[in-house]
Amino acid sequence: MKTDDLITALTADLPVKPVPPAHAVARAIAMSLPVATALLVYGIHVRPDFWTVLTTSLRFDFKFVFTLGTLVSALWLALRLSRPGTSSGPAKIALGVTAGALLIAVAAELAALPQATWGAALIGDRAIACMLLIPTLAAAPLAAILYAMRSGAPDDPRVAGAAGGLLAGAIGATLYATHCTNDSPLFLAVWYVIGISAVTLAGSLIGSKVLKW
Amino acid sequence: MDDSERIWSSQMIAGMAGDAVAYRTLLNSLTIFLRSEVRRGFARYGYGQSDVEDVVQETLLAIHLKRETWRTSEPIRPWVRAIARNKLIDSLRRGGRRINVPIDDVIDVLPAAEPTEHLNERDAEQILAKLNGRQRDIVQSISINGDSIRQTAAKYSISEGAVRVALHRGLAALAKAYRTQDHED
Repeated sequence: MKTDDLITALTADLPVKPVPPAHAVARAIAMSLPVATALLVYGIHVRPDFWTVLTTSLRFDFKFVFTLGTLVSALWLALRLSRPGTSSGPAKIALGVTAGALLIAVAAELAALPQATWGAALIGDRAIACMLLIPTLAAAPLAAILYAMRSGAPDDPRVAGAAGGLLAGAIGATLYATHCTNDSPLFLAVWYVIGISAVTLAGSLIGSKVLKW
Repeated sequence: MDDSERIWSSQMIAGMAGDAVAYRTLLNSLTIFLRSEVRRGFARYGYGQSDVEDVVQETLLAIHLKRETWRTSEPIRPWVRAIARNKLIDSLRRGGRRINVPIDDVIDVLPAAEPTEHLNERDAEQILAKLNGRQRDIVQSISINGDSIRQTAAKYSISEGAVRVALHRGLAALAKAYRTQDHED
C-alpha cells in the first residue's frame, strides 16, 4: 500500500470520530462508581455514625481531603499522560501538594497526641482490612479506567497505567474512608497509602500491556 | 511560530469538523515532514532507511486514530513529533532490519534519496494480509482501488454504515498489525 493510498483511507474514515480520552475516562468513572458504591453499601457498609463524624471530626474530614486531593490530581495526571508529548507538569505538583498536606497532618497529629498513643493510632484496629478493601473497591474502577485510557496515546504506557491505577486507588480509598473507623492521619499515611500504592502498581503492570498504541 | 504550525492546526481543526479536503492536505504535508523526521531518526541511530515509509505510515495511522489527543489550544507540531518519536522508537525496538550502515554514508545519501514509498509495497501488502477477510477487502477497496464508501458498499452489497464501521476497524487493526509485526525477513 502506498502512503497516498493510506491517506485516502484515512480521509474516508474521517466521519468516524474517536472518543476523546477525557470523555472516555469520565464515562468509565460514571459507569464503575455505582458498582463500587453498591459493593461498599451492601457488602462493606458505611460506618453508622458517618453523618455525625462528618460534622464533628476534623480527622475524619481530612481523610477525604487526602483521598479526594489524590483523586483529582491522579485524574489530571492520567489525562495529561494520555496525550503524546505532554509531561505530567502541574498535575504532578498537585499530587505533591496533596502529599504535603498529608505530611502536615501527620506532623499535627504527632504534636497533638501523647507519644504513648502514637502506636495505637498508627496500627488502628483494621489495618489489614484497609489494605485489602481499598484494592477491592478500586477493582471495577481500575478495569474501566484502564479500558477507557486505551483511547489515549501515552508516551509511556507503564507510567500512564500507574496514573490510572492511582486514580482508581483514590476512588477506592474515598469509598473505603466512609466505612473505616480509623481516622488518624498516621493510619492514613501508612495503610491507605499502601492500599492505594497496590492499585497504582497494578495499574502500571496492566497499563504496560494494554496501553500500547 | 512558523507557518506550518498555524496551517497544520487550522487544517486539523477543519478536518476534525469534517472537512476532508483540508484533512487530506494536512496528511500530505505531514507525510513530507514525517519522512524527513524519520529518516533523520534512523540515520542518528545508524539504521538503514528501508523501513522509513513503514514508520511514516504507522505514524499517519496513529495521528488519525489518536487525533482526539491533540487539544486545539495547544501547538500541533510537538504533538506530531511526539507521535513520530514514539513510532520511531517502537520501530527501532522491534529491531527493524538492522542494516548498520555507517552514519556518514547515510548522511551522504540522504539529500538525494527519493521517496521510498514504492520500495516497501510488499511489506504493506503483508500488513494488509493480517486483516480479516472483510476488513481487508474494504480497506483495500478504499485505499488501493480508490473507491468511495458508496462504491464499496455497492460492490460488497452492504450498507454504507457497515463499510464505515469495517473501514474504521480495519484501520485500527492495521495499526495493531504494525505494532505487533516482526520483520522475520
